[in-house]
Amino acid sequence: MADNPTPHLDAAEIATTPPKKKGVVRRAFLFGSALLVGGAAFGVYWGDSSAKARARALTETGNDHNFLSWMKIAEDDTVTVYSPHIDFGQGTHTALGQMLADELDADWSKVKVEQAPADSAFANTPLGQGFLAEMSGAPGVINALPPALISMIARAMPLQITGGSSAVRFTGQVGMRAVGAAVRLALIEEAADRLGVPVSELATADSKVIHAKSGKTLRYGELAAGAAERSLTSDPVLKTAKDFKLIGKPVPRIDIPTKVDGSAIYGIDFTLPDMRVATIAAAPIRGGKLLSVDETPALAVTGVEKVIRLDDAVVVVAKRYWQAQKGLRALSPQFSDGGHGGVSSASIHAAQEALRKAGKPDNKGGDGDVDAAFGVAGARTVSADYRVPFLHHAMMEPFALTGHFTEGKLTLWGGLQDPLSTRARAAKAAGIDVDDVVFNPMIMGGGFGRRFPDMTEIIDQVALLAKQLPYPVKLVWSREEDVRHGTYRPQSSAQLKATLGEDGRIAAWRTDYVQSGDAEGETTFVYTVPATSRRHFNYQSNQIDGPWRAVNSTQIGFYNESFIDELAEAAGEDPYQFRRKHLAAGSRHLKVLDTVAKRAGWGSPLPDGVGRGIAIVESFGTIVAEVIEATVREDGSPKVLKAWAVVDCGTTVNPLNAEAQIAGGLIMGLSSAIGEEITLDKGAVVQSNFNDYAILKLADAPPVIDVHFIESGAKIGGIGEPGLPPASPALANALFAATGKRIRTLPLRTQAKA
Amino acid sequence: MAIDFKVNGRDVSVDADADTPLLWALREDLALTGTKFGCGIAACGACSVHVDGTLTRSCSVAISDIAGKSVTTIEGLKGADGAMHQVQQAWIDAQVPQCGYCQSGQIMAAVALIEATGSPSEAQIDEAMTNICRCGTYPRIRKAIMAATRQAATGQAATALQGEA
Repeated sequence: MADNPTPHLDAAEIATTPPKKKGVVRRAFLFGSALLVGGAAFGVYWGDSSAKARARALTETGNDHNFLSWMKIAEDDTVTVYSPHIDFGQGTHTALGQMLADELDADWSKVKVEQAPADSAFANTPLGQGFLAEMSGAPGVINALPPALISMIARAMPLQITGGSSAVRFTGQVGMRAVGAAVRLALIEEAADRLGVPVSELATADSKVIHAKSGKTLRYGELAAGAAERSLTSDPVLKTAKDFKLIGKPVPRIDIPTKVDGSAIYGIDFTLPDMRVATIAAAPIRGGKLLSVDETPALAVTGVEKVIRLDDAVVVVAKRYWQAQKGLRALSPQFSDGGHGGVSSASIHAAQEALRKAGKPDNKGGDGDVDAAFGVAGARTVSADYRVPFLHHAMMEPFALTGHFTEGKLTLWGGLQDPLSTRARAAKAAGIDVDDVVFNPMIMGGGFGRRFPDMTEIIDQVALLAKQLPYPVKLVWSREEDVRHGTYRPQSSAQLKATLGEDGRIAAWRTDYVQSGDAEGETTFVYTVPATSRRHFNYQSNQIDGPWRAVNSTQIGFYNESFIDELAEAAGEDPYQFRRKHLAAGSRHLKVLDTVAKRAGWGSPLPDGVGRGIAIVESFGTIVAEVIEATVREDGSPKVLKAWAVVDCGTTVNPLNAEAQIAGGLIMGLSSAIGEEITLDKGAVVQSNFNDYAILKLADAPPVIDVHFIESGAKIGGIGEPGLPPASPALANALFAATGKRIRTLPLRTQAKA
Repeated sequence: MAIDFKVNGRDVSVDADADTPLLWALREDLALTGTKFGCGIAACGACSVHVDGTLTRSCSVAISDIAGKSVTTIEGLKGADGAMHQVQQAWIDAQVPQCGYCQSGQIMAAVALIEATGSPSEAQIDEAMTNICRCGTYPRIRKAIMAATRQAATGQAATALQGEA
């Protein structure tokens, strides 16, 4: 903080220093990347910048006052918090609002949270700081993100990314709380001036500054105008847990009423006067191009106005969606195969096997001499091969984005994960300056990693369409287009090998895995083993691989947690007890594992045909252990009966919402394990809709999921993703316990059939 | 062609091709966007509405088949005083939605189930609730249905008692 040019007061100074006169110091704004030079510094940097004027213009409406871009106070005491993160159902807006409002001592009933405008005045510096701090310190989430995103972080401050389970961990902890605390101090100073009393005699509660001695109170709304002209401390003292009024409390989500009465407007619901609706068919084979299309049959359909050819797609524009869809179905476009017409899931697997057997890894990790341990005479060695398929995000709202190009400027409306990068991508596609793109972020019907702009081709499509059309256009993908043009979790395979020592413990463990992208940062290996080795063999198919909820932790978790069960079996031990032996005494991991075993009644008798499986995975800074009880139906399909999850994410900001995230993640994990699979044939995706891409339904989900949090106080971890990875191995292990059949290839489908 | 029917108690006339799915007439012609497009093949249930009281996946029924019928959408569930329907309220109380996109359809399916069964068993809930939720809110959906059912039962009992008195 040495080169921080702005005034800086700590709380002790504030308590004893007379309040500064108004206007002496310019207002400070939360801004700037200078602090990032050199990496790991934490704390909020309060520099001045032109951001101030833009933030005020974008948020103030006449009777309210903006502080530090991220919040404003209205004269009626309403506090509006601007979230730089998108909320697609993970409860981020509520959690960030809770964190700011708690430090501000705001009346929660008068707090609103809105999406921050896509403007660099609302850049999310704490997020960058958090990521870089993790990168320079302990390995963590930065490595868990796709390379394209990491490079974006490196080059493109400011940020409005939502991902890496980062919102609460970085934005909330470093940003929102500091803003709330600093503004609270400014309100106190303003009140001290007005009342002519020392700051030390003032307290705050429920959006009021209270002078107990005189019984006088001033509302925040009365103080806002004056407080907004004051300098703000760059390093406010934050509350400790005992003083929390909102953080850690089960506050109901603020967006829920609009999601039960149909009034929430998602990107696909957006409409404008004179707007046309378009739908699209892109090359069925990734990498293919549009060769030719006779547009006549589409133009014969009522309401169809235009057929537009893109490089790799054909688009039909009509007055209504159904007309556009009918028009598109009438066409017979010809596409090239991009040289990928021979690709299939089987050919990818064969290529991956060959690559691994060639024995030349692209990256290596681990510790100790694995080969020496494998070479010990008489050592008991176990080896197994695992496979997982491409997985689709299948967010419930199909992609939809509205664009209007007028007077050289492009305006967009829709739900995408990173508003600032959305603008950059749209500008590039339209061939205009980024300042000539306005993006209006909207509510999203799910995301799960599919809505990152760097892999979201609908931005290019809409930019190109809008430029050719004199009216606004909303492009809506059909579900078929969505399923066949995903950015899938990559199809991957692995060979795991381990040796058991004479003491019955694992002496050496090697994981050879083949996939696109190194997962080294996500192999948080929880067990104590003397020699470990991870070798990554890089294989890239013709698909665009995307981050899928929990990213590489899904398949790495499945490999590790299935394999350790196999080792327990080889050692003749109980899977829970065998894991215990390899976790450090007194560790958070051991506590999580012991707690889930206890809650699930591990070891108690089960009915015939029912099995119990356990798994523990650490991802995004959070440790989760799950137990699944399952049986096998006559047709061989798994029936999950009960599920338990125990979570150590340090601290839960909103227990009600954290429980939902873990339970939802567990169910998505079960869904992927049981039935989800994207396959390729002749270069194209075989599946097309929910009839052949099977998402778990209510009847197949565990009726109740027992979710328990250990409030360890450790560094705060993510909550949106970590519930997912243990679910698939816990289920596969349960099926093994029930049937004696070890399933190493996902999805499970009916493989457990007797 | 103009097709006349009722939506949420109101007479409407939609000028659309006869084969237009009811879903798109609701969303694009009547601006009732609470009913969602999810799959277009009646596989996910996001578009669920009631047609003459019967649970219907509106993406797969042609507008011409709706002529003269009465449609209820998520926007029509609230009472005349604007109060949430007991099932909507149960959804809020149980904090069911995450992304929320499928929830209109889930709620319409739950209302139909409760209207048909009074107090559904676990097995009836399993059988009836076939809508897809990608966020995995199923345990809370189940909980909300049970809560709404209890509430309805209590309400009916109270009404019955008043009737006797």
